[in-house]
Amino acid sequence: MAALTSVGETPIAAPAGRPRGMQAGRRRRLNTFRYVVFTLFGAFFLIPLLAMLRFSLEGAKLGTWSLSAWRQIASYQGSGIPPLLSSIEITLELAVITCAVMLVLLVPTMIWVQLRVRWLTRTIEVLCLLPLTIPAIVLVVGLGEIYNRIQRFSLSALMLFWIYVILALPYAYRALAAGLGGIDVKTLSEAARSLGASWFTVIVRVIAPNMRQGILNAVLLTFSLVLGEFTIAYLLLYTNLQVELYSISRNTPNAGVLFSTSFAALLFAFALLMILSYAGRGRRRSRG
Amino acid sequence: MAVAAAVDEVPLVTSSPVTRVRDRAARDAVEVRLEGLSRHYGSVVALDRLDLTLEPGQLIALLGPSGCGKTTTLRLLAGLEDADAGRVIVGGRDITRMPANKRDMGMVFQAYSLFPHMTVRQNVAFGLRLRRVGAAERDQRAIEMLELVGLAEHATRYPHQLSGGQQQRVALARALAIEPQVLLLDEPLSALDAKVRAQLRDEIRRIQLEVGITTLFVTHDQEEALAIADRVGVMRDGHLEQLAPPTEVYSRPATSFVAEFVGLTNRLAGEVRDGSVIVRGCTLPLVERDTPNGQVVALVRPEAVTMASDGAPESGPLVGTVIAVTFLGATSRVTVDLGDARILAQFSTADAAALTAGSRVALTIRPDPVLVSASSDPAVSVAGEEA
Amino acid sequence: MTVAATTKTGVRPSWAGRRPHAPTWVGTVPFLAYVAIFLLWPTGIVVVDALKNPNGAWAFSNISELGNPLVRDYFIGSFKLCLLSAAAGAVFGAILAYAVASGDPDGLIRRLYIAVSGVLAQFGGVTLAFAFLVTIGPVGLLFHASWYFDFPWGIGLIYTYFQIPLMVLVFMPAIDGLKVQWREASENLGSSAWQYWRYVGGPLLAPAFLGGALLLFANALSAFATIQAWENQIAYIVPQQISTAMSSEVGLSSVNEASLLALGLVIMVAVVMTIYALLQRRAARWLR
Repeated sequence: MAALTSVGETPIAAPAGRPRGMQAGRRRRLNTFRYVVFTLFGAFFLIPLLAMLRFSLEGAKLGTWSLSAWRQIASYQGSGIPPLLSSIEITLELAVITCAVMLVLLVPTMIWVQLRVRWLTRTIEVLCLLPLTIPAIVLVVGLGEIYNRIQRFSLSALMLFWIYVILALPYAYRALAAGLGGIDVKTLSEAARSLGASWFTVIVRVIAPNMRQGILNAVLLTFSLVLGEFTIAYLLLYTNLQVELYSISRNTPNAGVLFSTSFAALLFAFALLMILSYAGRGRRRSRG
Repeated sequence: MAVAAAVDEVPLVTSSPVTRVRDRAARDAVEVRLEGLSRHYGSVVALDRLDLTLEPGQLIALLGPSGCGKTTTLRLLAGLEDADAGRVIVGGRDITRMPANKRDMGMVFQAYSLFPHMTVRQNVAFGLRLRRVGAAERDQRAIEMLELVGLAEHATRYPHQLSGGQQQRVALARALAIEPQVLLLDEPLSALDAKVRAQLRDEIRRIQLEVGITTLFVTHDQEEALAIADRVGVMRDGHLEQLAPPTEVYSRPATSFVAEFVGLTNRLAGEVRDGSVIVRGCTLPLVERDTPNGQVVALVRPEAVTMASDGAPESGPLVGTVIAVTFLGATSRVTVDLGDARILAQFSTADAAALTAGSRVALTIRPDPVLVSASSDPAVSVAGEEA
Repeated sequence: MTVAATTKTGVRPSWAGRRPHAPTWVGTVPFLAYVAIFLLWPTGIVVVDALKNPNGAWAFSNISELGNPLVRDYFIGSFKLCLLSAAAGAVFGAILAYAVASGDPDGLIRRLYIAVSGVLAQFGGVTLAFAFLVTIGPVGLLFHASWYFDFPWGIGLIYTYFQIPLMVLVFMPAIDGLKVQWREASENLGSSAWQYWRYVGGPLLAPAFLGGALLLFANALSAFATIQAWENQIAYIVPQQISTAMSSEVGLSSVNEASLLALGLVIMVAVVMTIYALLQRRAARWLR
């Protein structure tokens, strides 16, 4: 499937060493093109975000400024029973659980397959990429029965993690596969085994640490996915962050807290990504 | 002119590709002059006021270690980069400011330059297509070029189906198809296997001679440079150390850098006295007669070190124990431990046949003129390795 | 680890220590089971349900229901929206990808754009609709676009917001794969910049471009949250109608309708993704 440029990854395009020049005229034209493009697209992407930010800082009277929308994040009651804050908490917990389950499920499996069951590689890959072809809106139609059973054990929205892991599979798989592809799994594991390590140790203490970048990528993508998930939660009648925001907007379309929360979530995800991007580079430098 | 008439009137099918390209090249075989070329990247000086002239039809090889500026020179000539100072003059015309796509030069890159989505024939015909040559004619010329490099039967294949050596031949055909004034080769053999390298090297030279095109060949492999060039330019840190025919570069290196870069060299402690240098008991003439007296390091070629003809004296400055014998085919290289130094000698294999590790041997140095450098190295003689 | 020669009876001997080993694929069972339960089973339910009558009998003729004019409208709506946003996203995304890729591989701009693309591609649909609402909606800060609530233009613009970053992520590896030698060789042989793009760069990037466009198309087909938050009174596209069918209280028949629509959607996505995979293989061969 597609090679996706992951965060923190530098392509092997330009050879290191002696700089390669370009004709001056061409470079000038290229740079002009680039700056025009960046300005236009930058504006396109920034303006809605800035508008959102402005609305989140809107005061009681039009045109005034106020931080009330931000302060309300913690206290807003919302339309239904769960206040906004609890839906934020639930979503964050959900994200953490999903990441954990995803890692525990995928990392050992992928390592094991690469080491001992290579003929299943293609199958695993297809299964992991299948959710791209069977979108959430389709899955949720068939999930009713399963979630009926789950709800006999627990009514908590945290149970959404079961299906969230599936949704995250395509992105996590690709990120982990990229991380796995960069190391010599076979040699490392044989060396560890010959020193007496159990398979558990091999996976957790030898291979996984060397896949750090891939794992971070996978975690990040999963996290973003859970933070932004709406469809399944909504149609299974659970309340998570996005569903709560949606129902608030149905009642109070311009509630400032909608924008402050959204903006905060976005900043959070972005900060994570930037950290990841620089963490990845630092690691590569020390190895090079 | 009879030749011009032949090209215009006679159907293309009867003039061979070599003849056509040669005719054009002979008519237009151009002189290439680089004057005072300079180029730097930030604080790194890649070229420092380089002056170089290629006579019409000559093949000049630029040789040197990484970063010496040879590739930069080539790229400046091709127009792929701009010079900070200096001029490029081809056939009497100053083309310094001319963009790359108008320079009428054929270039062969080190690797990866064939267009992967085109067949071999389409690749070779590409330059002709850009020049609006008709489809039938350009296909024909492409096939002729492929015959020139011996790959006509692969015309419908794609680059990824060819071996490295074959790809480079196609690249050569493609460069020549446009009948350029100058041929540029940027380390074309560096990415290939040793055996293929040697074969292709000779073929490139053969074709270049047949076609008679002015050629610049860049390489870091001295064997290549010495084998095929009319003149070799040894470069270091952005300037030319020596520009001379291969035999001269080898046997009369102008500087110690050239002596050590090209071929193997022994560095032996010696003393200059009145126009000669005394190295381990042998008196050798100097390349530079007026070197002042004093302690120096003399650069002696292994093949100048021979076995002493009179018996095997027990001791002497050139008596030692053989450490290793390296069989190279017709000759053998012998490393000898002289006690306080090591020396590398090269004999014919027949002469070296009796020697094994541990044999005692007495050597002498043939009185060829040697270069000396007033190096601060003490009497350490280490055979210079090929860069 | 070598296996000792088989014994006379042809039975494979156990390891020293006589511990019989299970076949190695057993290690993948947890993963396979998980995927089977939460991905394959719900999908199976959808497929089976789509082909059954309300009273439980098989009715393969249900498929023909997809030709029903009402149903067809939803598919046409989906198709229009997806085509629009995929085309716009692909073209603009490609331009942006080129601008980013042609710069310093390790530089800030590249990292920034990749991080931003990663976040925006996952940007929760609900939040995105809010952002656009306050930018060009009725009380928009920038201006009020009268066509904001028009289908497919208003929603198409919003879709483009997350389509472009996805295209950047998918298309950039292809641009990185364009070797600088091709450009230089082309120039050396006499091509102008335009001729290079026409004969070399363009054809080489075409499969990746089309593939990216298809991926964007499939991505848009599956989207639900954004359009739901944009305007939930009228169902324009298939996912919205699935949602309506699911939450309608007309008993079993609505479940069948949802399943049928879901099946139709999956088929559409599957076809698009298959073509995409084929194109990717071609692109990868040239641009590796």
